[in-house]
Amino acid sequence: MSGILVLAEHRRGEARPGSLEAIGAAEALKADLGPLAILIIAAEPQKYVEPFAVGAVDEIITVANPAAKEFEPHVYEAVLSRVIEERKPSLILLPHSIDSWGLAPGLAIALDAGFATDVFGIRREAGEIVATRAGYQEKVWVELDFPQKQQVILTLRSGAFRAPTELASPKITALEVEGVKPRSSHLEWRDPPPSGGIDIPGSKFILSIGRGIGDEANIEQFAELAESLGATLGCSRPIADNGWLPKARQVGQSGQLAAKCSLYIAMGISGAVQHQWGMKHVETIVAVNKDPEASIFGIAAYGIVGDMLEIADELRKQVAAAHAEAG
Amino acid sequence: MKIIVPVKRVASLDDEFEMREDGRDVEPDFCEFDLNEFDEYSIEAAVQIKEANPDAGVEVIALTIGPEDADEVLRKALAKGADRAIRIWQDALEGSDQIAIARIIAKVVEREQPSLVLCGAQSSDHAHAETGMAVAGLVHWPHAAVITHLDYRPGAQSALVERELEGGLVERLELETPAVVTIQLGINKPRYASLRSIKQANAKPLDVLTAEELGLSEAEIGVPGSLSRVRRMFPPDRRRSEMIEGTPAQQAARLLEIIKETLH
Repeated sequence: MSGILVLAEHRRGEARPGSLEAIGAAEALKADLGPLAILIIAAEPQKYVEPFAVGAVDEIITVANPAAKEFEPHVYEAVLSRVIEERKPSLILLPHSIDSWGLAPGLAIALDAGFATDVFGIRREAGEIVATRAGYQEKVWVELDFPQKQQVILTLRSGAFRAPTELASPKITALEVEGVKPRSSHLEWRDPPPSGGIDIPGSKFILSIGRGIGDEANIEQFAELAESLGATLGCSRPIADNGWLPKARQVGQSGQLAAKCSLYIAMGISGAVQHQWGMKHVETIVAVNKDPEASIFGIAAYGIVGDMLEIADELRKQVAAAHAEAG
Repeated sequence: MKIIVPVKRVASLDDEFEMREDGRDVEPDFCEFDLNEFDEYSIEAAVQIKEANPDAGVEVIALTIGPEDADEVLRKALAKGADRAIRIWQDALEGSDQIAIARIIAKVVEREQPSLVLCGAQSSDHAHAETGMAVAGLVHWPHAAVITHLDYRPGAQSALVERELEGGLVERLELETPAVVTIQLGINKPRYASLRSIKQANAKPLDVLTAEELGLSEAEIGVPGSLSRVRRMFPPDRRRSEMIEGTPAQQAARLLEIIKETLH
């Protein structure tokens, strides 16, 4: 067993960034583990060769299959298993993406490989791979190893590794994998509903509310508070799931990325990793949370342990007083 | 026709906690336990299929792996509409990772032959997002992960499902059944159990079995059946926020200053 294999993810004709980050993660391990190959499974895999010919990539393996125009977990698993059996890489890296949630566990079972998900640190210790991930809602870190496993599959946390930008000239190998059958069929894509002018990605200042708000009746006062502060109102997933605010206001992996935000005030948001993803470009985060151990305090520049409703109340009073004075 | 809903008793940590002596987990005294939030939605999805098809004889089976304490999450599932429950435990299951847990669920699936297995997309404590799809891999069933819509009629050869992807993009697809799917938050509105249904839950059957009784060998369970091992667990030494102390009024005043400083 030697070498590293990275799965190239793509969707609707575009290469996915998570696989590029996996290439970045593989770079530091190559000296120990051997060459880095990228596997592209697609109806027309050559379309994706160029975007993945970057960084430390030594080889791009393409497998053409008409059923893999878009991700299909059963086709992917069968092709990956076959390619891995043939190439025998010691490490297989996938992004911790929604697609690989549906793919990686079955692959680990099929290969009887060591397996860990949502990994943000990889190192070698005495010849063994050690992976680091978080546990208990990000409150602890967990180091995992894989006793007696010849191969290890890791899915990597988005944003944890740097995607390379320099171009590479890898060898291209086309493999054929026969007899692979899909068990689901793609019917359609549905884009998220129009944002109705709500611009989380473009906002410099976001006031975001989470589960700590408790009740739908409290939403309105935060909408007013955001407006009086000149902030865009954002929210975490449970608020959008409840239908209390439109999906266009949801910050996080299944919502919006706050791409241009200088200041993000997170009120009553504990800081689940999917939400943190949406804040990864924010310059300054202020967190207001009742739980002094909430993981959001691990990424916020400033923290207030307290009741978001009380703090909001004070903010409103003081903003009104300042206006009265200025007026 | 049966639907199996595997559920997990998840832990959340107290404000202060200590690590276990071996450094591989947190002392359970510092944990609070509850039903995994994602599983509330998978239970509800199963019960909705049952209620929408009253003549189809749908039986919803809640399943968990754990010692006696885990009965509380099964009772909760029963109070929310599951018909019966199964708990699997023996001491050798201590130290199981998600895959070793999935091996047990897979055995129950083989034994009960349900039409659907509905799992939570992940657990709210460790968020591995592994167990459900590992079950699918073990029984070689069709599968789909992170479902926000499920349209299935008992007896049908396929289900219509929607997967929610990054950025809120939705993929609609047709999936062969029997199948294993994992359920995302927000797919439905989980019901609250009424006092009456909580009472009724106590009368519903709850079977306790060992992994051995399911036909699993020692090599398949616990540590030998796992694909990973926890070496060490520890509170990270990470940068902490600068804490703003004082009364709410003082904290709000400082926050307004920060807003001014940052934006101007």
